[in-house]
Amino acid sequence: MCLAIPAKITALLPDGMAKVSLDGVSKVISVALIDDPAVGDYVVLHVGYALTKIDAEEAQRTLELLAEAGALAAPVPEGAA
Amino acid sequence: MKYVDEYRDGALARGIAATISAEADPARTYRFMEFCGGHTHAIARYGLEDLLPANVQMIHGPGCPVCVLPIGRMDDAIKLAENPKITLCTYGDLMRVPGSNGASLQKAKAHGCDIRMVYSTLDALAIAEAEPDREVVFFAIGFETTTPPTAVALQIAARKELTNFSIFCNHVLTPSAIRAIMTSEEAKRGEVMLDGFVGPSHVSTVIGTDPYEFCSEEFGKPVVIAGFEPLDVMQSILMLVRQVNDGRAVVENQYIRAVTPEGNRKAQALVEEFFELRPSFEWRGLGQVPMSALRLRQTFAHFDAELKFGMVTVAAADNPACECGAILRGVKRPEDCKLFGTVCTPENPMGSCMVSSEGSCAAHWTFGRFRTFARARSGERRSA
Ligand code: SF4
Repeated sequence: MCLAIPAKITALLPDGMAKVSLDGVSKVISVALIDDPAVGDYVVLHVGYALTKIDAEEAQRTLELLAEAGALAAPVPEGAA
Repeated sequence: MKYVDEYRDGALARGIAATISAEADPARTYRFMEFCGGHTHAIARYGLEDLLPANVQMIHGPGCPVCVLPIGRMDDAIKLAENPKITLCTYGDLMRVPGSNGASLQKAKAHGCDIRMVYSTLDALAIAEAEPDREVVFFAIGFETTTPPTAVALQIAARKELTNFSIFCNHVLTPSAIRAIMTSEEAKRGEVMLDGFVGPSHVSTVIGTDPYEFCSEEFGKPVVIAGFEPLDVMQSILMLVRQVNDGRAVVENQYIRAVTPEGNRKAQALVEEFFELRPSFEWRGLGQVPMSALRLRQTFAHFDAELKFGMVTVAAADNPACECGAILRGVKRPEDCKLFGTVCTPENPMGSCMVSSEGSCAAHWTFGRFRTFARARSGERRSA
């Protein structure tokens, strides 16, 4: 019930609703809780509502931090642990 | 899928695990509580504990709303559904949660009660509009993430002046639960050995990171608000290990792509408009926790099913053999329960922790997380 997933807004609909794409599957959700939803935005989708937008720059920064954290020690080969 | 796949890279997860192993001090143990059931699910599903060194241990927290709902409230919901005038709308996870005497919504539905599973609060609202002769009650449950969606439904119901829609409110608050764990009797006796918290990030998309400051300020425990993909969790564990090593205890945010310090103001304002704090609320495992849950404000009393249908909650005891309570407080593990995997399975749950996929017992059972512990323990015994 608590799981939330990223979804991409593909169309804005009346009454604070929007159409999103979830890995190609289309779904109608509420965007009433976020400011200025726009087509192309990625949002965190939870029980039919967009809770927040996903910030593309911060997402990129996280990937860089992850790559850095993963490269500090020599990776353990699969199955060795 | 964008924003998912890139955070599930197995090789990178092993790389971060190697960094954690290299930086974790072998002379000490690190015990971190993953507060949220979503993290419990991710840790179990991706086998993250298998990647961590033995001295970095994860402990389940009470962050699964289905798991912490006390039996008395489940009984209330079943009673509501038994009222022939009422259509009870619920998230699917609640259908199999056991109430007293083995009752459940699923069984009530089989006996003819009008119970409908909904995906969104808007579905419940649509039923109320389409069937004006029915009293439609939405079984509102969840932490700070699901409260704003309930508030949106109430806002629409108010605007449309719906008189046959109400909610059975069980919305609870994350920071109060952390405080309850840190101040429990077991904590006073020094049995809750925690070195930090993996904080729930979807909750923080709404409330921000600021509400966790007390955890570091009052209790000296680091908190890292963590995303739910496996790499997010691994990075957050690394961030916690580093804080512990440096002797720091602050609130850090790993999920910067969606969480800001102040959170979603629009959602907060809406929640504020409709809800107020309950002086106290019972949690499974934690007992009565002051200021830990919400109820409707007086102005919106006509949407409150508890008032509308004169409900009086009668506290009921858990199955005495079920260890959910101690598991939710972080002092026991699913495999410590005698019923685990024998009498109690996801098909036939004895306690709430075996129901939702975010419940610790269900996660252990489904993804075999318990085997990790069995292995680790036999290893411990061998080396002892
Ligand atoms: S295994 Fe079942 S009975 Fe035991 S603690 Fe978990 S939910 Fe309760």
